[in-house]
Amino acid sequence: MTGFSDGYREPLRKDRSSMVNVAVITGISLVAILFRVYVSRFVPYLQYLELPLLVTVYFSLMWRSPIAGLLFGAAIGLAQDSLSHHELGMFGIVKTLVGYFAASVSLRVDVGNPLLRLVLAFFFFFFHQLLYWVLARALLGEALEFEVVQVLVLAILNAIVAVFLFQLLDRLKITG
Amino acid sequence: MEFFLSRYRNLSVLVAAILAQLVLLAYQVRTHGDVRLIRVWAVGAVTPMARVIETSRSGVSHFFSDYFVLLDVRDDNKRMKAELDRVKMENQYLRTELSTADRAHSLAIFQEHSPSKTVAAHIIGNDTGVGTKEVFIDRGSNSGIAPGMAVITPDGIAGKVVRVFSTVAQVLLVTDANFAAGVISQNNRVHGTFKGQGYDGVGKIEHVQNEQKVDQGEWFYTSGDDRIFPKGRPVGEVTTVRQGKTEKEIYISLSGFKNGFEEVLIIVEGVHAPIPDAPVTDQGVHLLAPPPPDSGGPLTVAQPLQTGPVSTDADRIKERYRKFGEQTNHVYGERSNGAPNYNAPAKPEPKP
Repeated sequence: MTGFSDGYREPLRKDRSSMVNVAVITGISLVAILFRVYVSRFVPYLQYLELPLLVTVYFSLMWRSPIAGLLFGAAIGLAQDSLSHHELGMFGIVKTLVGYFAASVSLRVDVGNPLLRLVLAFFFFFFHQLLYWVLARALLGEALEFEVVQVLVLAILNAIVAVFLFQLLDRLKITG
Repeated sequence: MEFFLSRYRNLSVLVAAILAQLVLLAYQVRTHGDVRLIRVWAVGAVTPMARVIETSRSGVSHFFSDYFVLLDVRDDNKRMKAELDRVKMENQYLRTELSTADRAHSLAIFQEHSPSKTVAAHIIGNDTGVGTKEVFIDRGSNSGIAPGMAVITPDGIAGKVVRVFSTVAQVLLVTDANFAAGVISQNNRVHGTFKGQGYDGVGKIEHVQNEQKVDQGEWFYTSGDDRIFPKGRPVGEVTTVRQGKTEKEIYISLSGFKNGFEEVLIIVEGVHAPIPDAPVTDQGVHLLAPPPPDSGGPLTVAQPLQTGPVSTDADRIKERYRKFGEQTNHVYGERSNGAPNYNAPAKPEPKP
């Protein structure tokens, strides 16, 4: 009797745990987007902090599944597109690729190392900005400027924030 | 095919996701259409949270500001009781009232006196795009807001509504690089096009020929040509004007954000107004008319020509001489006490 009930409860516990994880992941994604929408109103410099990108990179690295990473990137990118003036799909495409590549990298290296996380966050921020600029020019014909020095500085700052943010997210122990 | 899909499953999903979004983009670019459903979902998920946070923040902020204002009043009362000066107390009361008049109050006064029909709104969030200057406001189609409506503050124009949802709307700010509006100069009635520059506080006036006259310090107003902003709303003051190749390069400092930017008005029914002749003053402060001259007797000391604040070196020198003249009972610059008129044209010397 006891053995049966234990075996019966195990899937329920797993289901509940995965539901909590989904809720936490959704909440974190919404907070990341809300940060861009709301907090940057009062501290304009914080608009350069790409929290939706950092969250995409983190979950893609942790899940080690390219499909999960690219789908998460697409979802958060499309949500970000929806809250901007331009056409839907720009952030979606860029973050899809970021999610895919981040997850692919995580299959080959240990992504728990803070130094490696710093480098990866720096690289993916630069890649994100460059790809967005290329797509905006190529697909929408927008004359956006790409200031390499500024993007590099912002990439460093975002990477530093990413190290601490990833540590904070590690404590939540979200398995996906 | 099955082997290919299973062998390259990750890559296949990636290609499918990218292709789907490319098709979505192509559809929007080709038809100039919008995928409203996705936007409604995202806006519906994020803006209620932003609205709740903004309401809480402004509530707490008002509570603390009121608290400190009350503390100030209490201190003032103590001081006033000690001084027992009724006139001073009245004066202090008025000063306190003036300093604590918040933007919302001035906005309400402006709204009441504006000939256009307007709807007041709070800004609840920023846009997430790269390099764009847009905000979300807490009014949507339920409040009668429609795309293309003008957004203003008591100090000037602020932007225009670009996208409307049921309870929120997206506003393109005047500082966005894609923003444009028809403008006219105050003194010389020169028409031009205002363009945002992508950064705060500064805008550019385009399509003004080199031959046309625009002065530094001159004000630009909306001309009503764009059919969005009613004529006569202040846009900004010219800070830089120089000759270009064929057109003048004119930069203005925007007046719309002068006193902060938390509440705005959306013009639901615009009424054109004439361009004012007098320069724009701070509309938040009411100034009394100058006092009448003293009826006790004729003035013994000549009044200076300038009544405003001393602004140039010449004015300062003149002011110094006037004060010195008051002490020595002499009026400089006037022919008094039999002094010769040095400013009279010289007589031609007799020919030998």
